[in-house]
Amino acid sequence: MYAFTYHRPTTVRQAVGLLGKNEEAKLLAGGHSLIPVMKQRLAGPPVLIDLSKVEGLTGVEVGARSVTIGAMMTHSAVARSVELQQAIPALAGVPGSIGDPAVRARGTIGGSLANNDPNADYPAAVLGLGATIITSKRKIAADEYFQGMFTTALEADEIITKIQFPIPKKAAYQKFKHPASGFALVGVFVSKRGDDIRVAVTGAGANGVFRVTAFEEALRKRFAAKSIEGMTVPADGLNSDIHASAEYRAHLIAVLARRALADAN
Amino acid sequence: MAAVAMTVNGKAVTGDVDPRTLLVQFVREHLRLTGTHVGCDTSQCGACLVHVDGKAIKSCTVFAWQLEGANVTTIEGIADPSGKLHPMQEAFRDNHGLQCGYCTPGMIMSAIDMVNRKGNDLDDHTIRQELDGNICRCTGYHNIVKAVAAGAKAMKGSSAPAQAAE
Repeated sequence: MYAFTYHRPTTVRQAVGLLGKNEEAKLLAGGHSLIPVMKQRLAGPPVLIDLSKVEGLTGVEVGARSVTIGAMMTHSAVARSVELQQAIPALAGVPGSIGDPAVRARGTIGGSLANNDPNADYPAAVLGLGATIITSKRKIAADEYFQGMFTTALEADEIITKIQFPIPKKAAYQKFKHPASGFALVGVFVSKRGDDIRVAVTGAGANGVFRVTAFEEALRKRFAAKSIEGMTVPADGLNSDIHASAEYRAHLIAVLARRALADAN
Repeated sequence: MAAVAMTVNGKAVTGDVDPRTLLVQFVREHLRLTGTHVGCDTSQCGACLVHVDGKAIKSCTVFAWQLEGANVTTIEGIADPSGKLHPMQEAFRDNHGLQCGYCTPGMIMSAIDMVNRKGNDLDDHTIRQELDGNICRCTGYHNIVKAVAAGAKAMKGSSAPAQAAE
């Protein structure tokens, strides 16, 4: 690991100021993506800004039409939230499938979204529910937020503070878990909220999470597995690696979408 | 250098360490508590599991300075000060829940955390699911699962604390 210095701000404002002063600084949330890549020297930030002491980045607030989750909420804290389980059970189920219990005790929702790993689960939930990323300077719609593998709309001096999820009428997440890593080989999040129908896929796209618009169109008439019966997704542009071919991932997308739709109804 | 101050197994400890020092290095190399092991160093195997403020975490994936003021319990901190083993340790001995023993401290810390979260009556399926983050390279899982189930039951009504100094 390369040497670094660190800061422990207590307010978002301080953290933003530190980011502005240190161009190559990295924010440290749960550290379960950043510390492993620092060990491998794939990342060597000269400055770390630890967010664990920053006030106001935790909690789950359930409103009439949306649920807002603090960026520093750990996966286990989100999974345990009874209010969230009642408001959006499909979302409450997502963090419980990440990593293992000890990883979930440290990893955070904001960290996962800032990292935007192409196999992570939360990006599917955020895009699949049409959530809004609230940062230190603005609100970013999910459709604009994800910009490719490990790439987001976040600017260099911008910090995710909260994520706001609209409460859907129906929603479900289905994941084909890599048996060793627990990451999504493919994960499909489906939701319906009025006219907004979403099918978001993680784990499969060469550019990270994406929506399957053909499925969404077909689901407009009726939000049910039957509406996409026999439909397939082209393998072009999907990941192919030692774990699965692009064709297999394409197959999984259709299967998991149907299962998610069955689950959501 | 990074000034570190935390409570480990009920005792206040301090250190002045390189910021890169992981919690597991601080515990093993600075405090000389070598019961916590380094297995994979990639947050997968769970040999380095310790409890921080009552929750099991992988001490290879957190910097010591991040835990300023935290309450840390390692495998050395769970037995009774008289030397009487924690019921979960006793259960691992009774059920021969180990072969080489390298993963055992992590397994035991994981098992106690599991009881804290899931209660004293644990079925095999739950135990196997919850041990997802602990790898036994000897593949001696069968007796580990038996030990966790027995230890969980033994912890019920036992005076042994789930964590030291809490």
